[in-house]
Amino acid sequence: MSVILAKNLTKIYQETAVPVKALNNLSLEVTEGEFTAVVGPSGCGKTTLLNVLGGLDSPTEGTVELAGTDITQMKESKLIDFRLRNIGFVFQAYNLIPVLTTLENIEFIMLLQKVDKATRNKRSLELMREMGIEDKASKRPSQLSGGQQQRVAVARALASKPKFILADEPTANLDSVSTANLLDIMAKLNREEKATFVFSTHDQRVIDKARRVVTLEDGAIVSDEIRQ
Amino acid sequence: MYLKLAWRNIWRNKRRSIITIVSITFAVLLACTMRSMQLGSYERMIENSARFFTGYIQVHQNGFWDDRMVDNSMSEDAELIQLIEQTEGVEVAVPRVESFALASYGMKTKGAMVLGIDPEKEDQLTLVKSKMIEGEYLKPDDKAVLVAEGLAEYLKVGIGDSLVLISQGYHGANSAGIYPIKGIMKFNGPIQNDQTVYIPLAESQWFYAMEGRLTSIALVIDKAKHVDRIVTSISNEVDTAQLEVMGWEELMPEIVQGIEVDDVSGRIMLWILYAVIGFGMFGTFLMMTAERMYEFGVMVSIGMRKWAMQVVIILEMGIMSAFGVIAGILISLPALIYFYNNPVFFGGEMGQTIESFGYEAAYFFSVDAVIFYNQAWAIFIMATILGFYPIYVIRKLKPVSAMREA
Repeated sequence: MSVILAKNLTKIYQETAVPVKALNNLSLEVTEGEFTAVVGPSGCGKTTLLNVLGGLDSPTEGTVELAGTDITQMKESKLIDFRLRNIGFVFQAYNLIPVLTTLENIEFIMLLQKVDKATRNKRSLELMREMGIEDKASKRPSQLSGGQQQRVAVARALASKPKFILADEPTANLDSVSTANLLDIMAKLNREEKATFVFSTHDQRVIDKARRVVTLEDGAIVSDEIRQ
Repeated sequence: MYLKLAWRNIWRNKRRSIITIVSITFAVLLACTMRSMQLGSYERMIENSARFFTGYIQVHQNGFWDDRMVDNSMSEDAELIQLIEQTEGVEVAVPRVESFALASYGMKTKGAMVLGIDPEKEDQLTLVKSKMIEGEYLKPDDKAVLVAEGLAEYLKVGIGDSLVLISQGYHGANSAGIYPIKGIMKFNGPIQNDQTVYIPLAESQWFYAMEGRLTSIALVIDKAKHVDRIVTSISNEVDTAQLEVMGWEELMPEIVQGIEVDDVSGRIMLWILYAVIGFGMFGTFLMMTAERMYEFGVMVSIGMRKWAMQVVIILEMGIMSAFGVIAGILISLPALIYFYNNPVFFGGEMGQTIESFGYEAAYFFSVDAVIFYNQAWAIFIMATILGFYPIYVIRKLKPVSAMREA
């Protein structure tokens, strides 16, 4: 079953003097449980693709269906709600809420979803244990290392049990040990929780772990490799 | 959760938040003090003139107040006085003969306001006994006068000296009399202190050749705020074709106008103060918004509704404003209560200079709740208006642009 179905996506940025075509008639289907890496050189359109797939940006042309729902014509408030209930985001710069503790950051999305306190606590503790950060529950982001912050970000993305997780260069700011740890955790979640991951990267260690590698060049897919 | 976020956001940049709160505190402190002094001086002016001189309400023959001649006097009607005293809120009706005369002693002469009074009733209205600084108070059948301190100093008279009064009496009769000075009074209002002569009512009626007549009936009422209601009640009971019933605002329009003019200047100063503080607050809100654009972008991305972020921002501004306002009021209140009970008097040349302009040489303060209430509202409204900026920014926010541009 496809969780992401993008058809003929074109994205042209008009802000500059010369319009920039970031996506060029790109189509992509991602099915449930995939562990997909979107790779390619800088400026090839990886981040734009993830933004469009996540409903953070709208395509100039084409459509995006997420879990069977066309999001390209959706109103902003509905789209925010859709993201809340269906998509988990992991950003390159972690982007945790600085005034909240680890536990509160993980609970935050569930809180927005109005999940009851007992369920929130149970799920958060479960995720912290899986991520190996259970002893950091009361720490604020500024008291955590980069690797720990990114693990909190992944836990936050997974907390609400989204249909899929979009991760933009999740290991870009991490050292090799933290990267290996994070990849192991993501792979384990993918195996055990059937979490669907789509991440952009140019980190070879991440590419090696992916079971599908989509390569972009000038906003178009130039190869789509599925590994066993 | 929103409250928790707002609270923690306030303290994530402690120095900036404290500066904002302190600036609001000082604004409220300054505004309360300015307003307290202004309203205090108005209250004192009204008190000196209305409470301690004319009375809050007067009843006269129609036309007397516009042309204060004894020819415009009315009959001394015991039934009318009884009727007025039976009106709800009226405590005492004080009969008076008010006119002008030339007061003379030796080679010095000065225009004086001569008030014929019922000594006991008048004291209930103007507490005139408490103003005695020398000599004795009047008795109803005395043939003597009390003179205000300023007038006594000008004429260089003292207790036991004979004061000559010359005026025009009822229907053009010549009025002249010589009266021993029985006491000296000190009024707070410089004008009253330089002009006033008190004489027993019966003697004043004889002096002005108007036996059985009064120029006015001044009223002691229970509360100053009941003036309009009592004026209406009495007007409904008396023949208004013959009598006029006037509240203090009508009796002394120059005081009302003076207060209105002065009040405008005070309000302009307040607005300037608010504008200065408003720009300070706006600077804070501007920085608060600009430095969190990335965070706002992330929050929208992960599914936080924009209205929820707006609520958090409003709470942050509301909490900081509330702290500033409460601190400002808590600091100003005891100080203003102290100065309300202990006005600041000016002595020496400065005091004399102020008095020469016809003002009382002192700062009086008011502790009317409306002063504090209004400051709280003003800051609240200002914070609300300024709050439109971050609310607008969040409303227009595009998550990708916010994260990219930040």
